[in-house]
Amino acid sequence: MTEFLQQLINGLSLGSIYALIALGYTMVYGVLKFINFAHGDVYMVGAFAGLYLAPWVWKVIPQGSDPSRFSWSTAGGALAVLLLSMAVCAMLGVVIERLVYRPLRERPRLTVLITAIGVSIFLENFGQYLFGADPQLFPEILPDRVIDGLGDLTVSVNQVVVFVVTLALLAALSFIVLKTKIGTAMRALSYNPVAASLMGINNDVVIAFTFGLGSALAAAAALLNAINYPAYSIDPLMGILPGIKAFVAAVLGGIGNLPGAVVGGLILGVLETLVVGYVSPMYRDAIAFAVLIAILLFKPNGLLGRAEKEKV
Amino acid sequence: MNRPKTWLLLFVALIAACAPFQDAINPYYFDILITIGINIILGVGLNLVTGYTGQFSLGHAGFMAVGAYLSAAVTVFLGWGFVVALGVGGLGAALAGLAVGVPSLRLKGDYLAIVTLGFGEIIRVLLQNMEVVGGSRGLSIPVRNTGLFGTYLAAALTVYVVVLLVHSTYGRGFLTVRDDEIAAEAMGINTTKYKVIAFVTAAFFAGIAGGLYAHFKQFIHPEGFGFLRSVDIVVIVILGGMGNTPGVILAAILLTILPEGLRALADWELLPGGLRGIIKNRMILYSLLLIVLMLTRPQGLFSSGGKWTQRWQALKRRGRA
Repeated sequence: MTEFLQQLINGLSLGSIYALIALGYTMVYGVLKFINFAHGDVYMVGAFAGLYLAPWVWKVIPQGSDPSRFSWSTAGGALAVLLLSMAVCAMLGVVIERLVYRPLRERPRLTVLITAIGVSIFLENFGQYLFGADPQLFPEILPDRVIDGLGDLTVSVNQVVVFVVTLALLAALSFIVLKTKIGTAMRALSYNPVAASLMGINNDVVIAFTFGLGSALAAAAALLNAINYPAYSIDPLMGILPGIKAFVAAVLGGIGNLPGAVVGGLILGVLETLVVGYVSPMYRDAIAFAVLIAILLFKPNGLLGRAEKEKV
Repeated sequence: MNRPKTWLLLFVALIAACAPFQDAINPYYFDILITIGINIILGVGLNLVTGYTGQFSLGHAGFMAVGAYLSAAVTVFLGWGFVVALGVGGLGAALAGLAVGVPSLRLKGDYLAIVTLGFGEIIRVLLQNMEVVGGSRGLSIPVRNTGLFGTYLAAALTVYVVVLLVHSTYGRGFLTVRDDEIAAEAMGINTTKYKVIAFVTAAFFAGIAGGLYAHFKQFIHPEGFGFLRSVDIVVIVILGGMGNTPGVILAAILLTILPEGLRALADWELLPGGLRGIIKNRMILYSLLLIVLMLTRPQGLFSSGGKWTQRWQALKRRGRA
């Protein structure tokens, strides 16, 4: 039982990272009805932004001297790195949308799909050129420590941090989407873009904002993943696999559905951890594809998605 | 209908006449020539799926891998002849195409791309773990069987079959599926059937190309058939113009020569180091090429109906009048 509980906790912290990436896929799908293949690579850029920004942040906010004790300035520094990386990725997302996807908005879906794959390959290879192809060790922005007094369970402080930050981001996201003006515009756009623009919504601004928001969440996912795993190393191709898995999570929850992305991400994370723990680590990456094929065959609209009829 | 056949026979006669002199060709140029032929087969085959039928596949290298490994295995372990081995490779790849195509072709655009990508990766991982065919150490073939004649005969037959297929009732079926799937279904066309036929045919040709590749390089390795190889083939089809076979042939030639030219350019001392670094990574240029083409010329580089073609035709009309 303890072992199962342990797997569940590990799975949930992995799943919350998938959920954050999946939200980016699903939001963009909601407003534009296309899958942003480059999203996994935005996640990679987020990780590198954190890698390069951390030393700068530490010049302003020095890390605490004793890593085994909590220090406000260490936590503040980690938060600053997180927010700055999110800002960098948000800008990247907006720039990609403005330069590449906006001119293609009225084009056939195949054209947009090919372009998205082009953007993805470009980010990966330009990343290899810019950052080097070798894996680099991610700096420890938040020192980790195991929480005492839980018996056989090993839960680290940072796992709790990952949960808390994810919940905070989800709360902020649902506030933006449900309560603010731009969130209402996003929802209107996903129902009917033509009617939305007739109601005076500037679709370009809303779509750019959606890209920025989704990309910022991807950066947050990258940083939380780095906090979650000690001695985490990053490379320019690291985004491919999490990108595909988060896409599967989004499809599992029902693409275009925000709570669905979170549910799908958590399920996929737990499933993956259980398969690794109880079956074989060899199938770690195969499980996502198996899940994808199963959903597409049996429930193509996902768990929470609604069936969409194609109008002729 | 006998014009394609005339062209085919003429071309076969031409390569038959050239083939005896293949030993006189510099090995470097010979390598490029054979690679061009193989890329033509791959591009023209994939064009049937992506260009004519409008289905996006990102795992074409997987079928090439099946063909390469099967044809190499029957030669190495069973001692079968080259032509038979090629046929076995092609048929094996076609079977794999059927197995992948039947479930996944019910899906549309983005989903199909992901599933085919996953399939390509699964094939690569399987081969890496199959110790019988060398696993991650790769597999060697003792004799070089692929020559100029074999490669270009296969390329010519591929083009011939694709051209005939596209101009047959099947071709009409492919085009209706691409242009409007709902309308096609309403007209009583079994869209899945046409998608699967296009997919299996393309997989067959990819298998043949893989067999030629294996018997030319004499050494195959699972990493050689990864995602990037699939992207190479997709770029050939997009650059040539989806559904434009002559364009795809030109693109296959251009994209085989281009990296060689770029390699020379990357060694040119006068260029700044940063630019040379970018040129060295072919994939940066390919991805930019994909994006720029989609933004400015989604119909491909060599399509008819473009500005220059129209001007040329206007000139011809004026000349005639």
